[in-house]
Amino acid sequence: MYTQGLDQKDKSAPKREQLETPEQLEAFQARIDAEEKIEAKDWMPEAYRRTLIRQISQHAHSEIIGMQPEGNWLTRAPTLKRKAILLAKIQDEAGHGLYLYSAGETLGVSRDQMVAGLLSGKAKYSSIFNYPTLTWADIGAIGWLVDGAAIMNQIPLCRCSYGPYARAMVRICKEESFHQRQGFDILRVLCAGTAGQKAMAQDALNRWWWPSLMMFGPNDADSKHSAQSMAWKIKRFSNDELRQKFVDVTVPQAEFLGLQVPDDDLVFDQESGHYRFGEIDWQEFIEVIKGNGPCNRQRLGKRRKAHDDGEWVREAARAYGEKQAAKAAA
Amino acid sequence: MSNKEWPLYEVFIRSKSGLSHRHAGSIHAADDQMALDHARDTYTRRSEGVSIWVVRSSQIVASDPAESAAFFEPAEDKIYRHPTFYEIPEGVENL
Repeated sequence: MYTQGLDQKDKSAPKREQLETPEQLEAFQARIDAEEKIEAKDWMPEAYRRTLIRQISQHAHSEIIGMQPEGNWLTRAPTLKRKAILLAKIQDEAGHGLYLYSAGETLGVSRDQMVAGLLSGKAKYSSIFNYPTLTWADIGAIGWLVDGAAIMNQIPLCRCSYGPYARAMVRICKEESFHQRQGFDILRVLCAGTAGQKAMAQDALNRWWWPSLMMFGPNDADSKHSAQSMAWKIKRFSNDELRQKFVDVTVPQAEFLGLQVPDDDLVFDQESGHYRFGEIDWQEFIEVIKGNGPCNRQRLGKRRKAHDDGEWVREAARAYGEKQAAKAAA
Repeated sequence: MSNKEWPLYEVFIRSKSGLSHRHAGSIHAADDQMALDHARDTYTRRSEGVSIWVVRSSQIVASDPAESAAFFEPAEDKIYRHPTFYEIPEGVENL
């Protein structure tokens, strides 16, 4: 589901980069400009490789961590139908994580290295998953808003210059639409229900609206790596462009539900045809990214425990596999 | 953390009878049967396939992209392999 503009500087400037010639870099940029796809074994600048590894692994981690807030409601889904749907959605998220890890691996980083980055807290994941799911309506809000924002981000990534990433995104985007619609459907039913149910939906929108807008990353003026990513055609639209697009399509959907978007400055600008919206609390965004959101410690703690608890299973399966292979060879 | 990853497999899927298997992605698995099971769960959750091949990634022999110009060069100057190379006289049909 979820990439985010988590543009951080990589401090280790590898030596290989110094061996790159201007001719190589120019030829590479010419391929990008001609809309050619770059494939795994093709020559690429180290900085391009590093940027992709960072972005793809963060994207994969987001899918994996993203299962937790929804998993919180699996045993308490209101009906068997909702439970089955939620289970299928969460399984998709695991699948998306796996597509992305394998795209990352084509760049010469191992699955274990990427997972280690997540578990040590060195690699980031989307800030949105550090918020708690307090009510069933939050599951609706996640599907509608969080997956909706993710779709905005991810559709252009289907045309990303790096072939394996673009192909993984095509697969993911095909599945996201179900996620968004099931979320909207949860809220639609709640909004048509009792006053208490509608209030629950409104409360969920109040809490998820702003964190969803933060998913697009910092404002363009503050986004360090954006220009280079655009030149490399990893990114096709800026953070602010995508955020605007999201607001424009989502506000009418909220109106349909009869819900109030929690932004006093929200107004439709006839002239531009866009909604103007209030200032995002960037301090909150920075705090969540730094690890001080409501659930950061809980999310990572749970992932580490799952990883450690599964270690004996992974080892036993490997030992069995090696034994079978040895038997077949004998 | 495990000291060794499960081996990597490449996954090929036939989406329906009559079509070839096509590369879908890759997965890790401890053995061949697990590779098939993981490939099914990862790549065919919406009935995208009727048949799956998995093969250890380490078993694939691939051409080198850096050498591709020289490698594929022999085909480049043989335009007579294409039917459009030949002139068809006016009045000749079904050719």
